[in-house]
Amino acid sequence: MSTAVSAREMTADSADAPLLQVRDLHVEFRTRDGVAKAVNGVSYSVRAGETLAILGESGSGKSVSSQAVMGILDSPPGFVTGGEIVFKGRDLLKVGKEERRQIRGAQMAMVFQDALSSLNPVLTVGSQLGEMYRVHKGSNRKEAKLKAIELMEKVGIPGARERVNQYPHQFSGGMRQRVMIAMALALEPDLIIADEPTTALDVTVQAQVMELLADLQREYNMGLILITHDLGVVADVADKIAVMYAGRIVETAPVHELYARPAHPYTKGLLQSIPRLDQKGQELFAIKGLPPNLLRIPSGCAFNPRCPMAQEICSAEVPLLFPVTEEDGTELPGRGSACHFWKEALHG
Amino acid sequence: MADGQSTDPEAARIEAAVEQPVARGTALLQVRDLKMHFPLTQGILFKKQVGAVKAVDGISFDLNQGETLGIVGESGCGKSTLAKVLMNLERATSGQVLYKGEDIAGVSGRALKAIRRNIQMVFQDPYTSLNPRMTVGDIIGEPYEIHPEVAPKGDRRKAVQDLLDVVGLNPEYINRYPHQFSGGQRQRIGIARGLALKPEIIICDEPVSALDVSVQAQVINLLGGLQQEFNLSYMFIAHDLSIVRHISDRVGVMYLGKMVEIGSDEEIYEHPTHPYTQALLSAVPVPDPSGREGRERIILSGDIPSPANPPSGCRFRTRCWKAQQRCADEEPLLAVPAVFLGLPTAAAHESACHFAEDVDIVGAG
Repeated sequence: MSTAVSAREMTADSADAPLLQVRDLHVEFRTRDGVAKAVNGVSYSVRAGETLAILGESGSGKSVSSQAVMGILDSPPGFVTGGEIVFKGRDLLKVGKEERRQIRGAQMAMVFQDALSSLNPVLTVGSQLGEMYRVHKGSNRKEAKLKAIELMEKVGIPGARERVNQYPHQFSGGMRQRVMIAMALALEPDLIIADEPTTALDVTVQAQVMELLADLQREYNMGLILITHDLGVVADVADKIAVMYAGRIVETAPVHELYARPAHPYTKGLLQSIPRLDQKGQELFAIKGLPPNLLRIPSGCAFNPRCPMAQEICSAEVPLLFPVTEEDGTELPGRGSACHFWKEALHG
Repeated sequence: MADGQSTDPEAARIEAAVEQPVARGTALLQVRDLKMHFPLTQGILFKKQVGAVKAVDGISFDLNQGETLGIVGESGCGKSTLAKVLMNLERATSGQVLYKGEDIAGVSGRALKAIRRNIQMVFQDPYTSLNPRMTVGDIIGEPYEIHPEVAPKGDRRKAVQDLLDVVGLNPEYINRYPHQFSGGQRQRIGIARGLALKPEIIICDEPVSALDVSVQAQVINLLGGLQQEFNLSYMFIAHDLSIVRHISDRVGVMYLGKMVEIGSDEEIYEHPTHPYTQALLSAVPVPDPSGREGRERIILSGDIPSPANPPSGCRFRTRCWKAQQRCADEEPLLAVPAVFLGLPTAAAHESACHFAEDVDIVGAG
């Protein structure tokens, strides 16, 4: 695997190779109305034990890019049209279908947003959990069931021995999401992709589920990609963040720096639009306009029609993910901003 | 009740009351011991009631003129059912809803029509709450079909265009269909429809939770501006605590069909005395990573119990770390806790807990 890590990616040191490295990924959807460019050159990396949060609004390409990584893109209409997905030294876009299937589930697993529609309503929870062992490990039914009970206990489902024979509708939302996490964990994967794992849950249950995910990640030293639109959840658990807008990563940074000193006007706008105590009764800062239609992404920087800092160059030239530095030129490891005026955004 | 259309004295009384102006800050809507139980039946031919889902179970509060009352709570706590009962979309099992002193719970016919003009609603999902086969003009103008006195036929198009302008949409979009708009724009259409009859109260049920973060702020600002412009009173139902705090003058916290704590935004957010409110506030993820390692969280165990079979006494006791025998035996009433009674502290607000305590929670700002 290539050890050259460009400054555009988020890793600064290349001592130990990252678990997953996505390079210049392109995904498009060929629809009746035209080609929707959902992901336009996305690069990121995750190490073992690290949490990368991909933050974005609907249509930013955050889910599509991770579906491409998992190899579960609906195709057609979705097609990966370029890039590399290097997982443990191998480009997943070049391996065969059968091999990919074995990697999926065993080495990388996914937790979906909507647990109710991701579980099969006519099979017991136990048989769905056990299926992981039957298919990947060749266990018999009895072994698989014992394993399922063990897993359910691991993720904190009370009364696992009885509940293993119950159906998904007999579980509450939080418990169903625990089942999903148990399923993802079953084969002790190296990487978990969690796509909005707590969006459908209430705050008190969300706190339980996020704590569980974080504990398990620590225990197994897994890489975690957390896909979300919730700035609060990200601040709680992420190590580093990639902010996506219209299919591109517009900013990357370690979590503390992103919140303290954003270097892209979109990130800035998002952070400013959160209601804060000292703004009570005042107008909230709002990013004007609407997220773009992926069939007609604005020329140049996709954010330019909504950007308060936009100038002529912004509609003419697509900004690269520039490395972000201090005013005196000191490098800020892991930081990048796809804005022509990142200096003004960061220091201004 | 209201079968006699023209001679119904109740309807006439309510119609008269509705016209009365109410001074700013005085109670516009008084809810007293409101209950909404949905019967659970068994059997096909001879249905017999075997129980009830107590979605709203004895709630009392006031909504004052010109204020925003935020209602927070988790799914299943009854906050949306409460909205439906106040709108008369569901007929309350018992209790009173006094609008300007007149009981409007369960009214129908002419009286209901008069009430509806003054209490409007904005729904959560801008995708399913607009009829896809109607143009925006028809959607916003439909209230005028039922209440022609508000905008005479000839003026309607103009009135609708004015409304579009007020909510920040291009008035030329009047002939477009809902699918041609984004989520945020659709929510604006829903708000315009709610405003059409110049109501006094708008009940907003999760008006921004289906919207993207960058668009939420736009809609919140719009609602705030409209309140100033039209002197509206809002009941704002949401689960996002920081948005509720931003927009609300007072906040009520619901749990399993009961109001567990109510007070000004500062009283609830800075001095919560009910353990559920404290847990809720501490569970909210704070959009600021600094100090996240040191932050202490109250993580509740278990799930919300079924409203068909709520726990005895205090309903929160099954998940509460302070629960004692008294909590199972005796239901705590929503009142200023005795320990704070008469003290000049912000903790002295209504809270339904036997062991109310003022705890500083670093939570949703």
